[in-house]
Amino acid sequence: MQQDQLLISNLDYVPGRRIVRHLGMVQGNTVRAKHAGKDLFASLKNIVGGELKSYTELMQESRSEATERLLQAARQIGANAVLNVRYQATSIAQGAAEIMAYGTAVVLE
Amino acid sequence: MRTILENFDLFLLLVFLGVGYVFGRIGEMRHYRSIHAREKSLADVLLFAAKRPPPEITAVDTVLVSGSAVISSDYFKWFVASLRKLFGGRFRVYEILLDRARREAVLRLKQQVRDRGGNMVFNIKFESLNITMGARGGIAAVEVLAYGTALIPRPAR
Repeated sequence: MQQDQLLISNLDYVPGRRIVRHLGMVQGNTVRAKHAGKDLFASLKNIVGGELKSYTELMQESRSEATERLLQAARQIGANAVLNVRYQATSIAQGAAEIMAYGTAVVLE
Repeated sequence: MRTILENFDLFLLLVFLGVGYVFGRIGEMRHYRSIHAREKSLADVLLFAAKRPPPEITAVDTVLVSGSAVISSDYFKWFVASLRKLFGGRFRVYEILLDRARREAVLRLKQQVRDRGGNMVFNIKFESLNITMGARGGIAAVEVLAYGTALIPRPAR
């Protein structure tokens, strides 16, 4: 997952550092789907079962994009860390999913 | 030959079932073998569901780590499960599916922690998403994500 100077963590504090200011909640989301060709391959893979690598990758890419957007939102309001980050995924339509990342933007000492 | 053509649907179903059973079985056995081996070698990376690490720990960097895997059921299991649905009860085939996905996700997370030189992860969270393909009631595939905060010791100066 992308880092980019901003500290990101799903703890609600950072060991050894003090939180100076809370800036409220920030979030980032993305909706993605697989292109038809890869989807077809995956449905063939479905017959024999096992890992669907293209889907694992898709989800990972989506998650880093959602994280990137979360960090952007945090950067915009002048935070240097996002704490208590959570991920949430919903499948909206066949082969499409929404990924959302949210957390609390803070300024650390 | 003519009987095969006349009963093509049934023929196809049997082929899919056979292929699904054999390859699904082999794939699952291989996967579990690899899971067991990696679980042993990564056993020293500790996961904690606790929200906060003990306050004595200070000289660490915190890094968000995650691991995920999308695992699909095979045709045979899907068929068994759809029969099972008539009676309800325990879906053993899907229990195995989720177990595989979850353990794989945890192993990938642990590998990330080891690559960064840490051995502890706090506030582990799991999330799973159903990625079923095809029309309604298609073959089930499931994504499991595991994430948490790794504590990476700072190099001593």
